Amino acid sequence: MADLTTNFAGIRCPNPFWLASGPPTNTGDQVMRAFDAGWGGAVWKTIGDPIVNTTSRYSSVDWNNQRMMGLNNIELISDRSIEVNLREIGEVKKRYPKHAVIASLMVESKRETWQDIVKRAEDAGADGLELNFGCPHGMSERGMGAAVGQVPDYTCMITEWVKEAARTPVLVKLTPNITDIRTVARAAKRGGADGLSAINTINSITGIDLDTLTPRPNVGGLSSHGGYCGPAVKPIALHMVQQIASDPEVGIPISGIGGITGWREAAEFFLLGCGTVQVCTAAMHYGYRIVEDMIDGLSHWMDEKGFANLASFRGLSIPRVTEWKHLDLNHHIVARIHAEKCIGCDLCYIACWDGAHQCIHREGYAKPEAAVAATRASIAVTPIAKLDSHAGPDGITPPERIPHVDEDECVGCNLCWLVCPVPGSITMEKVETGKPFESWEQRAART
Amino acid sequence: MSKIDFTAMGSNPEPRTPNPESRVVNPASRFQEIHPALDAHAAAIEANRCLFCYDAPCTAACPTHIDVPRFIKKIATDNLRGSALTILNSNVLGLSCARVCPVDVLCEGACVMVRENYKPIEIGRLQRFAMDRFYEKPDSAWSTPSPITHTERVGCVGGGPASLACAAELRRRGYAVTVIDNRPLPGGLNTYGVAEYKLRPQDSLREVDMIRSLGVEFRQALVGDTISLESVEKEFSLVFLGMGLGTMQRLGIPGESLHGVIDALRLIERYKTAPDFQVRGRVVVIGGGNTAIDAANAARRLGAAEVHLFYRRTEREMPAFRSEFDRSKVEGVRFHWLAQPMEIIGFEGNAAAVRFVETRLGAPDHNGRCAITPVPGSQYQFACDMVIPAIGQERLTSLLENTRGITVKNGLVVVDRPTGRTTNPRYFAGGDCVNGGREVVDAVADGKRAALAMAAQLEKSSG
Ligand SMILES: Cc1cc2nc3c(=O)[nH]c(=O)nc-3n(C[C@H](O)[C@H](O)[C@H](O)COP(=O)(O)OP(=O)(O)OC[C@H]3O[C@@H](n4cnc5c(N)ncnc54)[C@H](O)[C@@H]3O)c2cc1C
Ligand SMILES: Cc1cc2nc3c(=O)[nH]c(=O)nc-3n(C[C@H](O)[C@H](O)[C@H](O)COP(=O)(O)O)c2cc1C
Ligand code: SF4
Repeated sequence: MADLTTNFAGIRCPNPFWLASGPPTNTGDQVMRAFDAGWGGAVWKTIGDPIVNTTSRYSSVDWNNQRMMGLNNIELISDRSIEVNLREIGEVKKRYPKHAVIASLMVESKRETWQDIVKRAEDAGADGLELNFGCPHGMSERGMGAAVGQVPDYTCMITEWVKEAARTPVLVKLTPNITDIRTVARAAKRGGADGLSAINTINSITGIDLDTLTPRPNVGGLSSHGGYCGPAVKPIALHMVQQIASDPEVGIPISGIGGITGWREAAEFFLLGCGTVQVCTAAMHYGYRIVEDMIDGLSHWMDEKGFANLASFRGLSIPRVTEWKHLDLNHHIVARIHAEKCIGCDLCYIACWDGAHQCIHREGYAKPEAAVAATRASIAVTPIAKLDSHAGPDGITPPERIPHVDEDECVGCNLCWLVCPVPGSITMEKVETGKPFESWEQRAART
Repeated sequence: MSKIDFTAMGSNPEPRTPNPESRVVNPASRFQEIHPALDAHAAAIEANRCLFCYDAPCTAACPTHIDVPRFIKKIATDNLRGSALTILNSNVLGLSCARVCPVDVLCEGACVMVRENYKPIEIGRLQRFAMDRFYEKPDSAWSTPSPITHTERVGCVGGGPASLACAAELRRRGYAVTVIDNRPLPGGLNTYGVAEYKLRPQDSLREVDMIRSLGVEFRQALVGDTISLESVEKEFSLVFLGMGLGTMQRLGIPGESLHGVIDALRLIERYKTAPDFQVRGRVVVIGGGNTAIDAANAARRLGAAEVHLFYRRTEREMPAFRSEFDRSKVEGVRFHWLAQPMEIIGFEGNAAAVRFVETRLGAPDHNGRCAITPVPGSQYQFACDMVIPAIGQERLTSLLENTRGITVKNGLVVVDRPTGRTTNPRYFAGGDCVNGGREVVDAVADGKRAALAMAAQLEKSSG
């Protein structure tokens, strides 16, 4: 059985699944219920001078029958007093000594204020600190959150202040709302951070109500940009994690955040070098219980692959990401359509014609439009047993609807394979070019 | 209650239930719809399941070639007006088709989902959703007459789906069109024939009203009787023939005029026009087509204690659609195969039993039909209170009789398929009178194809 115990920058916990700072970690009661459900750690809802929130606060992007593919919020930090939050951290730690409780902090950019809150959080029993330099809305207007995280020098300076006072590990939570996230990651490292959390939410406007013409969420007829998270942001988060994980100047542990809903996404973050992962939206959507399959699924996968513990596969995918100029230009694949699996939707056909390289064809038609015109001109009738010898539809794909690939013209872009709704109906097959490996860099040097 | 008891021994000896009372039927629920409407959320979910196939097989399978993925995607994007107009531009009777089409042998049967072992997209119900919303607030282009831009007038004989589709298309293209039907209400079998749990008469009439509001004129007359074909020909530059088929064929056996014998079409027409019409006791339906099934289901829903359908071949040869057959089993209809009626036996002027003979199937002929031969000595009687013959409609040709240069073969008008033009270039035809009795959507497709050809012909001759 795979060993999931974790030591992240000196913070120990039973497994690498943490709740990210947010509504699911708002109170002690919640965090204890989360630990009972199986979470290995929790980053407390950001503590600071209590704020006042608006109603409403959230909006989302639904996609194809699925709710909350992306979630947007304009919520600020904790609306409860520092005292209450810290007292509850103490209670949780007393009852759950083996679980990780990290205090997320955000205060005015003053040395004494930061050092004061650091001391109080550690005295309360926090296992570590997370500096929220990421919140992109509201708080940044007051010179906090992303206003710090977008300026490497501020990030470095405040991290230094905190490190002067801190006895527990200090994590810096990065904002993605910046051109090159590595600059801030390096600044945090310079300031002495023990680890990084990435990413916080992405600036967004999720949509506009076409009746009121007001973007969502609607606060009395007005809206404001918010922070985007949930499944939609995972690719962006993975990219940013990869950037800092492979940066030689950073080199500190990373807690991966952004769009994690299950063990598969978690495994991806670990493979790009993360030591723990944090989850917010998925827990808001389905509740704490989702951690059960995160642990279960990851363990089964690790057993199957022979990974005894997290360290044995952490970062294994990092060397497989490189710059474009190092990719092999002589590697060649083509699409192949497997007629016996094809259901005849012809999505690959139109995708290749309109969105790729016009190399998927249907017998007898010079262009897709000709196929449509032939259909429109055809005479179809209801099959009636007493009038017709031919029966109705028989569940078999008519051969004339099954397209084929002109492999000489196929550029191997993957589009047809991506749009095909049937697993295995299109495969991308390697074609031997007989040519040795040659990257663009090598070719440019040669020619 | 009938006086002659079950005497013997058909292929389905079944003891008669003592004292078959009528079941109590609540008139409001008697014709509850078989495919209830989708609500907006369910429609959006179903619409999002659609793959949006290119050159979609459902569109190819639909006789009117409605661009199915296009109208479905418009439901998914909440562009309901666009969705409805996509349907109507291909099929002006989109509302009734959505309810009456045998979708599992048409669009839904062709859905690629089936080949991946998924439920096909519920195209019929989505079409109904779009149409219902449209009729709540019709678009002005579909509720006001378009200007008449041509001098030629067109007459449509018969007011069923074929003529309605032809008339609407030509009227929208600026031709003055008159539909002449002999019945008090237009709509043909859509109004008088299709089962009420699929389409209520008022829904058929909603469509007729919409076509009327486009500027199509309706006239009640029996062509060939109250007005002659000659006078029709004088009044109109071109004539479309959409007379459908005739009355039900007679069984041709003794006892057919007894009280309690009512053919399927008359029964259906009767109950559709009389809300309190009831059926009691034990009912025998004779035939194996969709009409027989409709009549049997109707008899059940109208209160019959037992409904027995007798067919001279077997389940395998039955011309009814599989889905219709399956439904009637759910409705509680019982089936008797290999039984041919010989005589309807009366008691005091009422039908009281049917005498059947068992049949045997011979080898299939070149069309795959098996000849049937009666089995000697196998006759039996089946007691009942009502007999519903449902062995097909007569072909209607007395009006034409080859007189006006219109060729009629086997009782059907001969046309050029893509244009619907008859052998007399002033006459076009479509629907059941041409195809021998298919479905509403086939009649609509015929009517529309003919309209396009008629418009092209008129433009050529005037231009
Ligand atoms: C019982 C039954 C159930 C059916 N159920 C379904 C179903 O569920 N789904 C489906 O798709 N199809 C169904 N059909 C078939 C469908 O109703 C027909 O295919 C369709 O109505 C044919 O349309 P039409 O315009 O050709 O003819 P019709 O609908 O028959 O219309 C012809 C009209 O012309 C009139 N007429 C005839 N002669 C003259 C004349 N000389 N002068 C003036 N008027 C005349 C008739 O009175 C009639 O109103 C059913 C048919 C029957 C009989
Ligand atoms: C409603 C809401 C409130 C949040 N509040 C905080 C916060 O107080 N402090 C913080 O560091 N991050 C906060 N976040 C960001 C999350 O911790 C996390 O970084 C982000 O949601 C991405 O992860 P996810 O895709 O799993 O939700 C909040 C997110 C949401 C949705
Ligand atoms: S008209 Fe009938 S066959 Fe055509 S798409 Fe609609 S439901 Fe399907």
